[in-house]
Amino acid sequence: MLAAVGRGSVGFVEEFGRLGHFLADTIRAVADLRTWGRQLFPMMRRVGVDSLPIALFISAFTGIVLALLASYIFTAAVPIYFVGALVGKTTMMELGPVLTGLALAGRVGANIAAELGTMRVTEQVDALETLAYDPHAYLVLPRVIAGTLMFPIVVAFAMAMGIFMGWLAATTLLPITTAEFLRGLRLFYVPFDIQFGLIKAASFGFVITLIGCHLGLETRGGAEGVGSATTRTVVYSAEMILVLDAFWALTLLRPA
Amino acid sequence: MIAFRELHKAFGPKQVLRGLSVAVQDGETLVIVGGSGSGKSVALKHVVGLLEPDAGEVEVDGQVVSRLRRTELTELRSHIGYVFQFAALFDSMTIFDNLAFGLRRRPMGEAEIRTRVAEALRLVDLPGAEQRMPAELSGGMRKRVGLARAIALRPKYLLYDEPTTGLDPVTAAVIDELMVRTREALGVTSIVITHDMRSAYTVGDRIAMLYEGRIRQEGTVAEIQQTTDPVVRQFIEGRPSPRGPEAAAPPSSDEEVAVKESQR
Repeated sequence: MLAAVGRGSVGFVEEFGRLGHFLADTIRAVADLRTWGRQLFPMMRRVGVDSLPIALFISAFTGIVLALLASYIFTAAVPIYFVGALVGKTTMMELGPVLTGLALAGRVGANIAAELGTMRVTEQVDALETLAYDPHAYLVLPRVIAGTLMFPIVVAFAMAMGIFMGWLAATTLLPITTAEFLRGLRLFYVPFDIQFGLIKAASFGFVITLIGCHLGLETRGGAEGVGSATTRTVVYSAEMILVLDAFWALTLLRPA
Repeated sequence: MIAFRELHKAFGPKQVLRGLSVAVQDGETLVIVGGSGSGKSVALKHVVGLLEPDAGEVEVDGQVVSRLRRTELTELRSHIGYVFQFAALFDSMTIFDNLAFGLRRRPMGEAEIRTRVAEALRLVDLPGAEQRMPAELSGGMRKRVGLARAIALRPKYLLYDEPTTGLDPVTAAVIDELMVRTREALGVTSIVITHDMRSAYTVGDRIAMLYEGRIRQEGTVAEIQQTTDPVVRQFIEGRPSPRGPEAAAPPSSDEEVAVKESQR
């Protein structure tokens, strides 16, 4: 039992060490702007624009459920316009970034791991190196930068969709007017709410793409190795999203 | 000149190279033969710094590859063309972009790149294939494109990793002929890794046999053909070992897969 725990701990530390080394190589590749610069905009479209449909789909239904949930929780003791406050606050600060992040861990992270893993096992990554390209500059940096820049934009759209659908559900299914919903929405709103959600989204984008690239390029074996890298990317990314979620709450939300 | 000096490499408990030493003189073609999983591809990857030796060194033009800084290694790689076993073409790019990819690292205009790509495709008998995708090509055509990608760079050295493996005898003969023609046209120094003896006799100036991690015998084609070494004879004649399959040089396919996987 103790030996198993020990092996697990050593494995975790080793994995973290390799990720640190990988990150250092990626940072070093920033100087090779000529290589990663050309890849950045196509990658921003793939990571960001192509992710919008799934993000909007998830946030639309989350907004509806939040409005109904709020009306169920807020009985006579709490004014009905608090529905707007709950929908707005939770969508901007928590559910928008976290649910979108989890969905994109599957869509973006798995896609990156499968693509780079396949390139690794078919020797395309070796071919890149022999043609004098640095895989960190050509493959990793554009994906990590695109993820870090585009996740907040996707999450901003998801926030807007969530609040819009929350309003639609509230005004059509509940005894609440648009004016009351907006009153609730403004009640506890501070600009930091959005900033908080977007900071989290950027950190999720960074971590998901970094893990996808790292595990993709570390792939061994054939199809089974690619499958394993893809699965591990989704699992590790989901875990890291939850850890980062708690980290940002502890760092930025704790009362002084 | 490329020289392997006392090269050792292990992957986990599996010791693949145990003091490999052999040299390739400028302008010649050295063929390294050996059973599957004997470490031929491992040795080749050390030449371009895709693997680092545990001990020993590989020297290219007087530079020890494992001691080079990243920029120096990139510079060295620009003089070496590598033809991968399964071509390793970038499957999201057209054939033109595959060939132009390495050229775009160099100070060359687009017109010059187009000319160079067309020349290389002509040399491998695939003129006009620029706009096709790798998935549309047969295995033999992909290998030819892989060769074209390497020679488009006009390298000083060409490294071939199992260039005829998996091909039918006619296509394999075509690839052999292309390798000979490439050498005559470009005057390159080549290392060819193969276990296809017919190919080795056709393209090689010298042949070296890798066995148990080191060179068992090296010599001209005629010397190898007349060898009295029982291990080399057994290999070149393709006879099973009298002591059974386990005693033959090639390890099991599982072992081969394990070594290939652990290289990455």
